[in-house]
Amino acid sequence: MAKNGASQTVSTPAAIRLAGVSKHFGPVKANRSIDLTVRQGSIHGLLGENGAGKSTLMKILFGMIRPDAGRIEIAGKDVNLRSSADALAHGIGMVQQHFSLIGKLTVAENLVLGRATSGFAARWVKSLDLESASRRAMELSERLGFGVDPSARCETLSVGARQKVEILKALWGGATTLVLDEPTAALSPPDAEELYALLQNLQRDGTTIVLISHKMPEIMRLCDRVTVLRDGAVAGEAEIPRAFDDPADRHALEARLVRLMIGRNRPEVPSRSSHIWPTVLSVRNLSDGERFGPIDLDVHGGEILAVVGVEGNGQAQFVDLLIGLKKATQGGIALDDIDITGMTTLERFQSGIAHIPEDRHRLAVADGMSVVDNASIGFIDGAPFAPTPYWLSRKRRARFAAGIVKRNKVRASSIEAPVTSLSGGNQQKLVVGRELARAPRLMIAAQPTRGLDIGSTAAVHEALIGLRDRGGGVLLLSLDLTEVFTIADRIVVFRQGRIVGETTTAKADIDQIGRWMSGVDRETQA
Amino acid sequence: MTMTASDPKAAGSRQTRMDPVAMAESLRPDTGESAFAAQQMLPRLIGHFHRLSGHLGGQVLTFMLTIAAALIASVPMIWISGSELWLTTTALFGGALGSGPAIAETLVQMIPLLIAGLAVAVAFHASLFNIGVEGQLLFGGLVAGIVGATVDLPPALLMVACLLAGMAGGALFALIPALLKAYRGAHEVVTTIMMNFVALAVSEYAVAPTGPFVAADQPSATERVPAGTQLPIIWEGTRLHAGLLVALGAVAIVLWVLYRTPLGFRMRLMGANHGAARASGVSIERMTIFALLASGALGGLAGAVQVLGVYGRFYSAFSPGYGFDAIAVALLGALSPIGVVASGFFFAVLHAGSVPLQAIAGISREMVGVVSGLVVAFVAAQPAMLRLLSSLRKPTIDDSLTESESEQQPAETSARMEMPS
Amino acid sequence: MSHLLTISLVISALHLALPILMPMLGGLISERSGVMNIGLEGMMLIGAFSAVLVTYFTGNPWLGLVGALISGVMSGSALALMTVTLRGDQVVASAAINLIGAGLTAALIPVIWDIDGLTPSVAKIPSVHVPFLSDLPTVGRIFRSLSLVDYACFALVFIVWWVLFRTDAGLRLRACGESAESADAAGIPVVRTRFFAVVMSGVFGALGGAYLSIVTLDMFQASMTQGRGFLALAAMVFGKWRVWPGAFACIAFGFADAIALRAQILWRDIPHELLIALPYVLALLALATFVGRASGPAGVGKPFTRA
Repeated sequence: MAKNGASQTVSTPAAIRLAGVSKHFGPVKANRSIDLTVRQGSIHGLLGENGAGKSTLMKILFGMIRPDAGRIEIAGKDVNLRSSADALAHGIGMVQQHFSLIGKLTVAENLVLGRATSGFAARWVKSLDLESASRRAMELSERLGFGVDPSARCETLSVGARQKVEILKALWGGATTLVLDEPTAALSPPDAEELYALLQNLQRDGTTIVLISHKMPEIMRLCDRVTVLRDGAVAGEAEIPRAFDDPADRHALEARLVRLMIGRNRPEVPSRSSHIWPTVLSVRNLSDGERFGPIDLDVHGGEILAVVGVEGNGQAQFVDLLIGLKKATQGGIALDDIDITGMTTLERFQSGIAHIPEDRHRLAVADGMSVVDNASIGFIDGAPFAPTPYWLSRKRRARFAAGIVKRNKVRASSIEAPVTSLSGGNQQKLVVGRELARAPRLMIAAQPTRGLDIGSTAAVHEALIGLRDRGGGVLLLSLDLTEVFTIADRIVVFRQGRIVGETTTAKADIDQIGRWMSGVDRETQA
Repeated sequence: MTMTASDPKAAGSRQTRMDPVAMAESLRPDTGESAFAAQQMLPRLIGHFHRLSGHLGGQVLTFMLTIAAALIASVPMIWISGSELWLTTTALFGGALGSGPAIAETLVQMIPLLIAGLAVAVAFHASLFNIGVEGQLLFGGLVAGIVGATVDLPPALLMVACLLAGMAGGALFALIPALLKAYRGAHEVVTTIMMNFVALAVSEYAVAPTGPFVAADQPSATERVPAGTQLPIIWEGTRLHAGLLVALGAVAIVLWVLYRTPLGFRMRLMGANHGAARASGVSIERMTIFALLASGALGGLAGAVQVLGVYGRFYSAFSPGYGFDAIAVALLGALSPIGVVASGFFFAVLHAGSVPLQAIAGISREMVGVVSGLVVAFVAAQPAMLRLLSSLRKPTIDDSLTESESEQQPAETSARMEMPS
Repeated sequence: MSHLLTISLVISALHLALPILMPMLGGLISERSGVMNIGLEGMMLIGAFSAVLVTYFTGNPWLGLVGALISGVMSGSALALMTVTLRGDQVVASAAINLIGAGLTAALIPVIWDIDGLTPSVAKIPSVHVPFLSDLPTVGRIFRSLSLVDYACFALVFIVWWVLFRTDAGLRLRACGESAESADAAGIPVVRTRFFAVVMSGVFGALGGAYLSIVTLDMFQASMTQGRGFLALAAMVFGKWRVWPGAFACIAFGFADAIALRAQILWRDIPHELLIALPYVLALLALATFVGRASGPAGVGKPFTRA
């Protein structure tokens, strides 16, 4: 019996059925002979860690990738999807994490984009009719329980609003099945709540929903049935009852799903030492003169301080100010009691700051260069590589790189190979290893495990904890509350460039954090 | 293990902050285990070159294939011109390489192409496209000619002064594009081309009949420089002058700066990824200006060397488009200084052979420009060529040679490569 | 100064602006779809040459115009092949077009006509008499100097603006330039759209070149475009990738060119060799006032491939 109470007749064909679907990229087998059946009108979960193959599978379903083998059936009919237009024609709408709305265009323009206009005149001569599109958009959104401004440019919308427009766009095209890929990844808890309500509204409306996620609570709460992927193959499936008579049953089901998902029990988190170290980073009254600050913040040695908040609330500006890419208009930053406010980026590195950037491809790794060269970034001024500005030692850089590769278990065919031959996880391990080799007093880690598989994530966490245990301070900026609760000692919440809440992890209450993130109340909690 | 918090600045030494273990590793004496092949570093603009890195054989093969493709594509022009293939080939190669004097003449042509090619390559390494080398070499030649004709110094000193002045002139003409790019983000392709026309106007003016620097005895040219200021001939009986040594010296210096100094590293890093460069403390504005000025200086040097080595005075039409061919030279050479030498030689053969080509086979000298363009076109197609080649070979592909599709996948999929087994 | 601001100046400016305006539209269409086309100079030369070639052999300048447009399709397709289909570097590929265009057109002159440097004169596009308007005093001189091609070019500015910014087709094209992945997700055929846009830019470039060779003048000379293909790009950037501001910039360049020509006669103090540089200096000034690439299509320069 589905969660919304609707009964299923035996003869209703499955909304989607995949049989034996496989896909590989070079030596990597992303999907291995997947069988999947999604019942009409249900909310079906697809659970798995990063790297398990969920997104690839959904891209196949959405026509963006062709499978190497297997059959796809939609509403009982065999289909051959050659493009996303094909998938849309069959009623499948996909809501991805990125790449769907065009920021510079308005909501209405995004909604009509690609919609059927046939005939030369209609497409090339007639003026685009945005008014009726706007009206329809408002009607549809109201029916689903939210409001929308069709003339707003999408880049001005909040993350939550943009996601609702994405869903609207999928439905616009006549989708009867919605596939959502990690929909709450960038949402604050209250925004996520709104999304859950919306999804339940949609189900009541008759839409079939496939929910891809790695978050257990979400799956348990929304889904009627869940398929667990691991290593590119189906590890298992389970029905999720609407209510549990005995809470122990619930725990048992969760534990079973976790084991299916990661192949073993959840690893233990190393315990925290109780040694008190002096303050490493001291920020007072810091502001960039625009939308950030003023804020006061301390990071102690032997501590991992997590900064959480919805994306775009000052985290990036804070990092830029700490690193020296942006000039502070007021306030001071002190590292180990030395004032670094006036120092250049290079000088700050020399004083003991290290930085794992949030966007590896834009800020940390140079695609056109080798592993050795990437390992050398930030180390090229001065001994041991360049005691004089006239000679940069290749040999020493190579040995240094080899050391980093070995110590951090980076899998690379050769240190002279282009860094692009490394997988994402290995590139990140290289970056982490490089930054650790600065012997930093303060490590700024911005979303260090985003998009990484479990192995690399664990390695990064291990490295950060290791640094903490040696007395260094870690400033962790993360959107993943699970990660924060796993490794952080203290949590501060950013909103609109200010600190709106602070707590230790031990005493943290996730609802309170959610309220801070979304600005519902401003109480602080010791 | 406690952290050492030494303050490097206090010590006054040039010591970069580094974890002791990592530092020890880099200083460990060579155990002889690993042999590090010469690396080919490549900028993001010509993004695929780095995949050839370390594969010397691959680089030579690509070089040859690109030349072959360009030459084959030019064959129709031979027929349209009413000539035939064998005659054309012998005229070209015989004219360029068939005798001592011919080879000397080819080397003469190689000199400006080599230096100008370096100019373009240097800018490319910083992911900047300096199309203004023609203007820079024109102005550099003009300045060298003027300095040589008007300044009073002992001949040898004057020669050096002329070359330096030429470099300064070239750098000057790269200054405006450099500033506009660094502080306004103006695309250097458009600004350097504008400067080309400005250079043309200025040099036309300088040696116009009523211009300030025109020679008394020769229209559209400056006065002859004093004897002894011209670059000496190094091959008796030919036109081959010491500019060749200057050119080779420039190659060595560019090689050294680009790959063996922190400055070169910073420039290449910027060319590979602006964000990573900035995040590690490199000033993008300053490096952009430096790269374009250096490129302009090399362009000016090319012009100055031509003026001092071949003619002894500045002629307003002394360049048959060396600055534009330099683009092809740099790209064909895969931006490596050594590659640019090989590529410069190829284009020198074309230039030197184009005279007998016109005389014997009746093919216009403008064909060199066409071949230039075809070479550049095939360089643009190189990544596609390589993708085709690798898809023809079977499963044991060396994935670093091609754009492996897994790179285009989200990190999720490619991260799977090290899932615990 | 009153000697300067005459109707002749306006006419001159117009005729000098159009060969910058046409490639500007072409560059705009291409960049708006996500492909940087800096090869307009080469496309113009090929168009100019083709116009003269066909006119020479057929005696009919209208056929020459058609020949130019066809050459534009070809040069546009060549660039599209290199950049969209083969995903080669857009700047490098466009540079190739410039080099090939310049070299090929110069090399073919002696082959076909046995002369060096410039072709013999051919028939040119005639101006048209517009009843009433052409007979007006003063202002009528403008109309008397315009041909059907001129009127077509004016119409094209409006048409490009309308299609690009008011129709569904234009929205789709612009989506490809802002984010190819998003456009693809919306079901738009990105590769086909971009290919078409680049071919169109070739046609506009060729039109601009033909304007020079068979409307303004009546022959082809090697390198006759003198950097107009790049001035067009400067105008496009200055106009922030919008049609009317870009067109305004082109007209400004036309005026600069026209003033430079007249100033040679009027102000003998300034050497005319230096005045030639006026439009280019103006372009540099225009670019100096422009800050960053923030207004350009976000996805320009990135080749698109479906993963």
